[in-house]
Amino acid sequence: MEGLERIVSEHRLFEGLGEGFVNLAAGCAKNVRFNADQYLFHAEDPADWIYLIRHGRVALEMATPGRGAVQFETLGEGDIVGLTWLLPPYRWGYDARATELVRAIALDAKCLRDKCEVDHDLGYELLKRFLPVLVQRLQAMRLQLLDVYGPPR
Amino acid sequence: MDRLAEPPPLAVADAMVPRVARVARRVRELPDTWTLDLVSPDGGPLMHYAPGQFTMMYVLGVGEIPVSISGDTSDATRLVQTVRAVGKVSEAVTKLSRGDTLGLRGPYGTAWPVADGYGRDVVVVAGGLGLAPLRPALYQLQAERSRFGKLVLLYGTRRPEDILFRRQIAGWRRQLDMAIEVTVDRAGADWRGHVGVVTKLIPRLGIDAENAMALVCGPEVMMRFAASALSDIGMPDETIHLSLERNMKCAVGLCGHCQFAGSFICKDGAVMRYDNVRRLLALREI
Amino acid sequence: MHENKLAVITPLGLTELIGSLRAEGFRVIGPTLRDQAIVYDEIESISDLPAGWTDEQDGGHYRVRRRDDAALFGYNVGPHSWKRFLHPPVLGLWRAERTEDGLAVTGTAEPAEKYAFIAVRSCELHAIAVQDRVLLQGPYIDPHYQARRQGAFIVAVNCGQAGGTCFCVSMNTGPKAREGFDLALTELIADEHEFLVEVGSERGDTMLAAIPHRAAEPRDTSLAAKAVAHAEGNMGRHMRSDDVRDLLLANLEHPRWDDVAERCLTCGNCTMVCPTCFCTSVWDENDLTGNVAERKRRWDSCFTMDFSYIHGGSVRSSGRSRYRQWMTHKLATWVDQFGTSGCVGCGRCITWCPVGIDITEEVRAIRGGGGSDGRA
Repeated sequence: MEGLERIVSEHRLFEGLGEGFVNLAAGCAKNVRFNADQYLFHAEDPADWIYLIRHGRVALEMATPGRGAVQFETLGEGDIVGLTWLLPPYRWGYDARATELVRAIALDAKCLRDKCEVDHDLGYELLKRFLPVLVQRLQAMRLQLLDVYGPPR
Repeated sequence: MDRLAEPPPLAVADAMVPRVARVARRVRELPDTWTLDLVSPDGGPLMHYAPGQFTMMYVLGVGEIPVSISGDTSDATRLVQTVRAVGKVSEAVTKLSRGDTLGLRGPYGTAWPVADGYGRDVVVVAGGLGLAPLRPALYQLQAERSRFGKLVLLYGTRRPEDILFRRQIAGWRRQLDMAIEVTVDRAGADWRGHVGVVTKLIPRLGIDAENAMALVCGPEVMMRFAASALSDIGMPDETIHLSLERNMKCAVGLCGHCQFAGSFICKDGAVMRYDNVRRLLALREI
Repeated sequence: MHENKLAVITPLGLTELIGSLRAEGFRVIGPTLRDQAIVYDEIESISDLPAGWTDEQDGGHYRVRRRDDAALFGYNVGPHSWKRFLHPPVLGLWRAERTEDGLAVTGTAEPAEKYAFIAVRSCELHAIAVQDRVLLQGPYIDPHYQARRQGAFIVAVNCGQAGGTCFCVSMNTGPKAREGFDLALTELIADEHEFLVEVGSERGDTMLAAIPHRAAEPRDTSLAAKAVAHAEGNMGRHMRSDDVRDLLLANLEHPRWDDVAERCLTCGNCTMVCPTCFCTSVWDENDLTGNVAERKRRWDSCFTMDFSYIHGGSVRSSGRSRYRQWMTHKLATWVDQFGTSGCVGCGRCITWCPVGIDITEEVRAIRGGGGSDGRA
C-alpha cells in the first residue's frame, strides 16, 4: 500500500490535505490497468471511481448513431479522469477508453463522497481542487467549439 | 529665357510589376490545399528569402494574393508555396498545373528570428495551415540543430484528416532530435494521439521557459491563446513571435490596407513580437 | 541666391507667368469655378481663375459667394486637392498577356505629365510634404507619384482670410507658406491690385526673371503681413494638437466612438477630399478572350467593408471601428508611421461630411473637459 500512498500524496490535486486524507484515500484506492481499447467506463455508468493516470492515454468520447464515436478530449499522465463523481446523479456523461496501455490508480468515489458528507472541511478542500480542473476543461472546450482551424464559411 | 531644368529620368523600378515564374511541381496536401514548387523560367535563382516571408502570387486576369513561403530557404532556385483554396484567386492558384506560369512579387515582410534562439530552447506552435509558414523555420532549426537547446513542435488542427505535411511530420519524428506533439480538436475512434486544444500541451513543455523562444503561427484566435499560455508558463513576451495577417493589396507599404493599429503587416510584419501586439490583439476590430 | 527674394507683380505678370509655364510644356492647373464649387483643373489664363468669388464653409456646408472685390484667390479650399494630380484617382499599372511561353508582362504605366500648380495654399504644401513622406520615403517608393512630383512647378498662395473650417494654425501648417514652393504669392488689393512674390527656388527665380515685376517696398510687405495676420486671427476651428497622438491611443474604447458611430454614414467623403489620404486598391480588367489583362490602381477608403476583408469577413465591420480607424490613423498612428501628423488642418473633412462630423470636436470630446474653444 505504500506505493499508493506515495502516489496520492505526491499528486498536485491532493497536496496539503494531510496524512489523514492520504491514508483514507489510499485505503480506498487500488492499482488498475487497461489494455488498448478497453473502456474505463461507459456513459450512464455510476460514477463510483476517480482515475489518476500514471501511464498511457485515455480518450473521452461520445458515440452518435451513424457517426461512430467522436473523441473530444484525451488525457494523459498525471491527469484525473472523471469529475462528475462530485455531483448528483453521479453518472458518467461520456465514454472513457484507453487508446494504449493505461496504468492508473482508481480511488473509490463513493467512499470519498461519504467522507465529505461527514467532514465538510474535507469536502470544501476537495471542491477547491477539482473546480479549477473543471473550469480549465470548460475553457479548453470553448476554444475547441470555436473551430478556429476550419476554412472560412 | 533660360529653359527650366528638366527633372531627372525615373530610376526606380515599379514594385507593383510582377516577374514571371513557372510551376515545376504540384502536390495535393489536403482536399483543399496544394503545394506548388515555383522556378524561374530561365532556370536561374528565383529569389533569396528568409523564413517567415511571403510573396504575392498573381494569376492572369483573376487577381493576386499573399502567400507565405513554405520551403527551404537554402534552395534559391525553387520557391515552395502551400496554398489553401478559399476564394477566387487562391482557387485559381491551386488549379495551376506543372508548366503553367504565374506572376510573382516579393519576398516581403519580416522573418522568424531563428538566430535569436541560439543557445536556447525553441518552441514552435503551429495551428492548421499555420504549419506552412513555420516550415522554413523548422528547416533552419534542423539544419543548425546543434546551436539550439531543446526543440519542440506543437501542432494543433481540426481533425486527423486535416493534418498538414503528415508524412513529413512522421519522418521528423523518426529522424530528428525534436519533440513533436500533434493534437486535434476532435477525432474518430481510431485516432491514437492527443485530442484537445494546443494550449493544453504547453504547461508540460519541459523547457527553460525564461530562456527560451517561441514561434507561433495559426488562426489569430489560436495564436492569442497559445501566446497567452506561453506567457503564463514564464516566457517573457518579447521572446514569443507571432505571424499576423491582414488584407493585402500592394505588400509594399503604400496602399494602407494591411494596417494593424500603427503597423503595416506587409513591412512591420507578418512576424511580430508578442509584447508589441499583445494589447492590440485583445481589442475588437482594430 | 534666391533666398528671401521678394518682388511685386501685377495680374498681367501672372498672365505672363501662366503663359510662360504653358510654353515650357507644363500642364497648368489652377482653381476655377465649376458646378458651384472652386475646383482644380487645367487653366489657360487668369480669366479662368475664380475672380471675385469666395467660399462659405461649415460642417456639412459649402457655398460659393460673390465678393465685393475682384480678388483672384479670395477663397480657401474646395473639394479637390492636389493629390488628384500627383496621386491619380485611377491609374493603369501594367498589362499582361498569355503567350505561347506563358504569362508575359507587356505594358507598363502611362507616362507622367509635367504639372504646374497655381495657388497652392500652405496647408496644401504641407499635405504634399506629408504624402512625400508616405510615398517617397518608405522601403519601397511609388514611382508614379515620384514622376509627377519631381517635375511639378509650384506657385503657392498665402491666405488673406481663413475659411469656416480652417485650423492650419492649430496644426502649425499655415497660413503663411514657408517652404516647398517655387514662387509664393500674397494677393494685395488696396489702391492697386498686385501680388507680393516670394522666390522659393532657382526655378522660381528663373521664372520671375522672365516676367514683368518690380522690387518690393516696405509698403508691400506690410500689406502682405496684414493679410496673413488677418487669416491667422480668424481660423474657423481650433484643435489642441500637441497631445493628440497619446490621447487617442490611450482611448481606443472611449464611449465617444459609439457617439460618432451613430452619426457617421461611412460614406468615405472625408477620405476622398482629404489631401493626405493615400490608400489605394488594385483590380484587373480583362478582354473578352481572357488572354489579356490590365492591372489598375484606384483610390480606396478605409470606410469600405472590403478594406479590411480577410478570411470571409471584415476585421472592421462596424461603422464605429471604421471611423475610429480613420481618425486614429490620421491623428495618431500616422505619427508613429511617418513622423508627422497626417492632418494639415484644411477642414475639408468637416465641410464635406454630409452630417458635419468635426474632427476637432471629436478630439475635444475624447479629451473631455468641455469648454468652447471650438468656433472662432
